[in-house]
Amino acid sequence: MWRLMMAIVLVTTVSGCGYNTFQAQDEQVKGSWAEVVNQYQRRADLIPNLVETVRGFARQEQEVLIGVTEARSKVGSVQATPEVLEDPQAFAQFQNAQGELTSALSRLMVVVERYPELKSDANFRDLQAQLEGTENRITVARNRYIEAVQTYNVTVRRFPSNLTAMVFGYDTKPTFTVENEAEIARPPQVSFER
Amino acid sequence: MIFRAFQWRALLLVAVLGAAAWHAAAQQPVPPLTGHVVDTTGTLSADAAAAIEQKLTAFEERKGSQIAVLLVRTTEPEAIEPYSLRVAEQWQIGRGRVDDGVVLVVALDDRRMRFEVGYGLEGAVPDALARRIIAETIAPRFYEGDYDGGLNAGLDALIGLIDGEPLPVPVSREQEPAPLEWPLALPMAIMFALFLGPVFRRLFGALFGPAVLGAGGGLLVWLSGSVILTAAFFGVALFAAALMAGGGRSGRWASRGGRWGGMPGGFGGGIGGGRAGGGFRGGGGRFGGGGASGGW
Repeated sequence: MWRLMMAIVLVTTVSGCGYNTFQAQDEQVKGSWAEVVNQYQRRADLIPNLVETVRGFARQEQEVLIGVTEARSKVGSVQATPEVLEDPQAFAQFQNAQGELTSALSRLMVVVERYPELKSDANFRDLQAQLEGTENRITVARNRYIEAVQTYNVTVRRFPSNLTAMVFGYDTKPTFTVENEAEIARPPQVSFER
Repeated sequence: MIFRAFQWRALLLVAVLGAAAWHAAAQQPVPPLTGHVVDTTGTLSADAAAAIEQKLTAFEERKGSQIAVLLVRTTEPEAIEPYSLRVAEQWQIGRGRVDDGVVLVVALDDRRMRFEVGYGLEGAVPDALARRIIAETIAPRFYEGDYDGGLNAGLDALIGLIDGEPLPVPVSREQEPAPLEWPLALPMAIMFALFLGPVFRRLFGALFGPAVLGAGGGLLVWLSGSVILTAAFFGVALFAAALMAGGGRSGRWASRGGRWGGMPGGFGGGIGGGRAGGGFRGGGGRFGGGGASGGW
């Protein structure tokens, strides 16, 4: 009887210390990070085609086009493996590079407004829909990542699982900052196209 | 005077911030899923709504893929994209693991609409084609006030796209996942009861122990989303198994008893997927923000 009680107590304490919870939540964070990277990659893949199409109609907008191309190549050079999640600095770097590409793209989209022919081009409109869809997927993926990290970080900090975190050296993971959250919450651009 | 102006501005700022905070808190609710077409605005004629419902039901039976339509007045203060994602996540349109659902959300007063496309259909309905259906098929008809015709034509175009995609064949309603998972869950539960039975008998008594196990197991099954009859059946099965499990060896099993504590979660989850059908409901499809939006 005593041995049974001991067994039950032991099992409940082991599962109460949250080791398995850490494993599950860590995988959840990594999975949602992979989705974020995946969607950013999808955006980067769209850019050459987009730049070419815009160039066909708006050759004189070299500066903006070069800005987009350069921001894209910078994004490509930034490391995005799951190890980034252990390194807040690398994470910030990734976030900055993607943020620059976002603003370069929105500058391009402002320029586009001046070229009615380009705006009515079927190929461009398809590309634009793809770009909008990708931006939306990025938003969704980022929100899911933020949620996953939030859950994980709470586990790292809360008693008693924080003791387990200390023993195994688990640390909180970086998440997207407020600056970008404002960006996420921005209303869609008003457009009168039909 | 300067002070006056400052005061006004401060007041304005407070008002704006307050309004923003209030808006952030008050999102539009997602209406319950009552059919393939949910019209909270009363815009569609009864005939058209019935025809669309029939069309989408037939399509689901033929192809397995689920399409749902929601008409609301407005999605304010949210943009249509986050709203329609919430709708899609709550309704879970599309089959689980196939993720072949599409939700069309129309916000009449905002004059905006959006196709929310499930993961499994992002290839068949790419964003560019979803946008084209909106801009070329639906929007012109909506612009003229022809909501019935616009929806009909748009859904036909969408069905045409999905038909081009090789999806897993639909399983008829009567034999949805439930029967598939049943044969697996019951023996597991009985095994579980056979191992834990002696422990419970030792702890709670020869008759009361199995009763506790049966009640606990039944409750677990019920909580995991099964019909109460199913849960009762499981409870009785567990009770019987625990009663029959040999009581003499309890000492040996008792020391191991704790190890089996992890099992109920596992089989509980398995049964959760096998809810009995009845009416239209989402099949557990997931969405990642694919699709397109447009106005008219």
